[in-house]
Amino acid sequence: MDAQNAAQTTTAQTAAHDRDMRPVLDAQDIARVLTRIAHEIVERAKGADDVVLLGIPTRGVHLARRLAAKLEEITGTKIPVGSLDITMYRDDLRMKPARAIGRTEIPGDDLDGRLVVLVDDVLFSGRTIRAALDALGDLGRPRAVQLAVLVDRGHRELPIRADYVGKNLPTSLRETVKVQLQEEDGRDAVLLGQRTPQATGQQ
Amino acid sequence: MKRHLISAADLTRDDAVLILDTAEEMARVADRPIKKLPTLRGLTVVNLFFEDSTRTRISFEAAAKRLSADVINFSAKGSSVSKGESLKDTALTLEAMGADAVVIRHHASGAPYRLATSGWIDSAVVNAGDGTHEHPTQALLDAFTIRRRLVGRDAGLGKDLDGRRVTIVGDVLHSRVARSNVQLLHTLGAEVTVVAPPTLVPIGVGSWPCEVSYNLDEVLPKSDAVMMLRVQRERMNAAFFPTEREYSRRYGLDGDRMAKMPGHAIVMHPGPMNRGMEITAQVADSDRCTAVEQVANGVSTRMAVLYLLLGGSEPAVATGNAPAPAASRPSPATTPERGAERRPFDAEESK
Amino acid sequence: MSKILIRGAKVLGGEAQDVLIDGETIAEVGTGLSAEGATVIEAEGKVLLPGLVDLHTHLREPGREDSETVLTGTRAAASGGFTAVFAMANTFPVADTAGVVEQVWRLGKESGYCDVQPIGAVTVGLEGKQLSELGAMHDSAARVTVFSDDGKCVDDAVIMRRALEYVKAFGGVVAQHAQEPRLTEGAQMNEGVVSGELGLGGWPAVAEESIIARDVLLAEHVGSRVHICHLSTAGSVEIVRWAKSRGIDVTAEVTPHHLLLTEELVRSYNAVYKVNPPLRTEADVLALREALADGTIDIVATDHAPHPHEDKDCEWAAAAMGMVGLETALSVVQQTMVETGLLDWAGVADRMSFAPARIGGLENHGRPVSAGEPANLTLVETSYRGVVDPAQFASRSRNTPYEGRELPGRVTHTFLRGRATVVDGTLA
Repeated sequence: MDAQNAAQTTTAQTAAHDRDMRPVLDAQDIARVLTRIAHEIVERAKGADDVVLLGIPTRGVHLARRLAAKLEEITGTKIPVGSLDITMYRDDLRMKPARAIGRTEIPGDDLDGRLVVLVDDVLFSGRTIRAALDALGDLGRPRAVQLAVLVDRGHRELPIRADYVGKNLPTSLRETVKVQLQEEDGRDAVLLGQRTPQATGQQ
Repeated sequence: MKRHLISAADLTRDDAVLILDTAEEMARVADRPIKKLPTLRGLTVVNLFFEDSTRTRISFEAAAKRLSADVINFSAKGSSVSKGESLKDTALTLEAMGADAVVIRHHASGAPYRLATSGWIDSAVVNAGDGTHEHPTQALLDAFTIRRRLVGRDAGLGKDLDGRRVTIVGDVLHSRVARSNVQLLHTLGAEVTVVAPPTLVPIGVGSWPCEVSYNLDEVLPKSDAVMMLRVQRERMNAAFFPTEREYSRRYGLDGDRMAKMPGHAIVMHPGPMNRGMEITAQVADSDRCTAVEQVANGVSTRMAVLYLLLGGSEPAVATGNAPAPAASRPSPATTPERGAERRPFDAEESK
Repeated sequence: MSKILIRGAKVLGGEAQDVLIDGETIAEVGTGLSAEGATVIEAEGKVLLPGLVDLHTHLREPGREDSETVLTGTRAAASGGFTAVFAMANTFPVADTAGVVEQVWRLGKESGYCDVQPIGAVTVGLEGKQLSELGAMHDSAARVTVFSDDGKCVDDAVIMRRALEYVKAFGGVVAQHAQEPRLTEGAQMNEGVVSGELGLGGWPAVAEESIIARDVLLAEHVGSRVHICHLSTAGSVEIVRWAKSRGIDVTAEVTPHHLLLTEELVRSYNAVYKVNPPLRTEADVLALREALADGTIDIVATDHAPHPHEDKDCEWAAAAMGMVGLETALSVVQQTMVETGLLDWAGVADRMSFAPARIGGLENHGRPVSAGEPANLTLVETSYRGVVDPAQFASRSRNTPYEGRELPGRVTHTFLRGRATVVDGTLA
């Protein structure tokens, strides 16, 4: 998590930063909560027949793929999984330098009549999900949209809630949550630490 | 802070690859039911065209509209410009109207550079072709087309054109397309050869990062892409070549010549084509000719350029921030600190 | 008339001497001259030159008084240390009749800042087709001896031959603007690497050189003399050098800007660098300096070409060609020729006063600094360093390529026939 800051600091600084952070979920915990979420999806979607998983880049996409694998284990059917980049729908584009945009990949023909489960790593202000809902609106008309996140750290700025939560993590605004995934970071972990003053200033 | 795209020579390899990668994502929008993104909502893009070019103008117009920008078309013909209003006064007018970007096509080489550096306006300036100088978005869409065809749509992401052999044929002397392409394709690692009768090669071409040949048949078998430039018939009157027939016999691309190209090689043309002059109908209509694809790719590429210049608080490509001479290129080592945020954005504070 | 004593000036850059001006003439040159009854100008460390003569100035009047008038142009000339200028003929109407040249001549008399010697057009309306009444202009009050279609080339070989022959009758000289018109159609800058990159129409060196080669051969054939305006290429230097070695009666001029600036500046697309002939390459600049030093090029002439702001504040192709130069000429020559060791101040006096007066047939300018000569003098503070500020120009136009550039030297005093036109760097 916190790619913005990570990208702007050197590797050495990042490593030092990581050491100062406290793990709140380890690899086993992450695997366990994903399994639970998969079961919850099957339960609530009554079999997950029309479910499409859409991960929000970057780490949301990896989580969506892992969830899809677990759903396949449970249901024995292949669950369509794709990605939904929300960069072009952000409400804060002009507050940062122009960003490289990520991939949007809609599996199958379209989303009409499907149950779309958005997957992201951290739910915070809710603005990403607002942007994702706007983006979805341009892509089709799903039967329903649900949200699965690995961590909900609170501090919502919009009336948005998650349907599936790996871990509720009460935090202060001075704290920072970092999700690391094998596919992206070489290991699975959720870390909690203090924001550097500079990073706070960026908010 | 200035943010402009004036010359292909101002783009570093990383800038250019970022634009091509972004254009690939923009191209996917065209496949959606709703071909529109809200990204530039509330921004105004002015197409300031001192020279007729319906193709380029509608391409920029489509690009800006797909990004939800408001588009104002300002054509010199029939406007106060044809009654003697200066470029400066036109610029001041656009500035007063609140243009966020000016896409300018001008018959005078250097007019976009003057517009961007004169202090007349604050908006971003995108060169849509100036005189016989440059046409950087055409070069970008050409590079995009080459990468897609020769490297692959997904396989090409993040890649340049390292080692690809591109041949540019025709009126290099008067071609802004050729100038921009030679610069950009070289930056992207391609090996460029220009082929033309000696009368249509500029004095000083020896300093360009390309090879020069007067013999098309020798170069064709060693080409992965062959770009045919439009040759204006009027050039004949200024004795650049004796007759149309002789030109097409020596430098035109027909079916026999195309057969000498490697099997994977493509034929490109920026349009509009002079069928029978630089290209025969047989070649133009073959599936190796990418002319129509280039038009579609033009919209995606221009969307990428407009997004990267206007989509943030500062541009993601480091072009034209300083009045850099066309020849000097910002060194790649200095670009990352210019604020190009190259990673997909998932900073937690806005989750 | 009043007396002025210039005390301790380095005359032509030599030993410090006193120069006493009495009325319109130099009364005495020596050391320890009496200051009795004279206004004293302390000139220690300064260089005293004969008043500068510019063989190539555009005063724009009549016709383009928005860019310059005879009055503003001569004020600019005096500021730059000039006591005589030759006014080019490309005015509106063209100075191709006795009437127009007399008008310019009279305006010069009235201005009082420096002598104005009109140049007559070689052909009617600068059209290159029919000879102007060259004899009538010579016989007029203006006594025209220099003829030029400057701005346009007398490209027709027969017309050029006839002009060269015709002016022999009264000791005239044709000053040729060497530019082959067909080779320079649509030309915007020197043709070479930079024009290729910038996509600006190329102006090949050969367009200048071929005309010079033709004209020196014509001059030889008809036994006349020819003057080459603003020579700008190394190749032109070689041709003039060859012609002189053959005994051909040719003289040549170079502008200050061609001694300093190169085509690289065009990369800015800033039209202040647009000039005819165009700025060339570094190699050309070095060849021109060398030629001026060894005498192949006889004189420096400013080609002072004022243009209003709107004719330069636009895209390159739409901009007018030319630069103002009267007020910076001596500084540029100091930087490029004196401070490089190529020319001493006596050499500068020759290239900017003696020789141009001789070529233009001015009897009372370009004279030695000695007793009995007309008191046309220029006092130069050579140790001065200053940044060029166009707002300070006396010229009506500001199109200088040197804005913001540091140049050495400044003219503190100019005397026209004993009368100070510039005092302490300010127009009197």
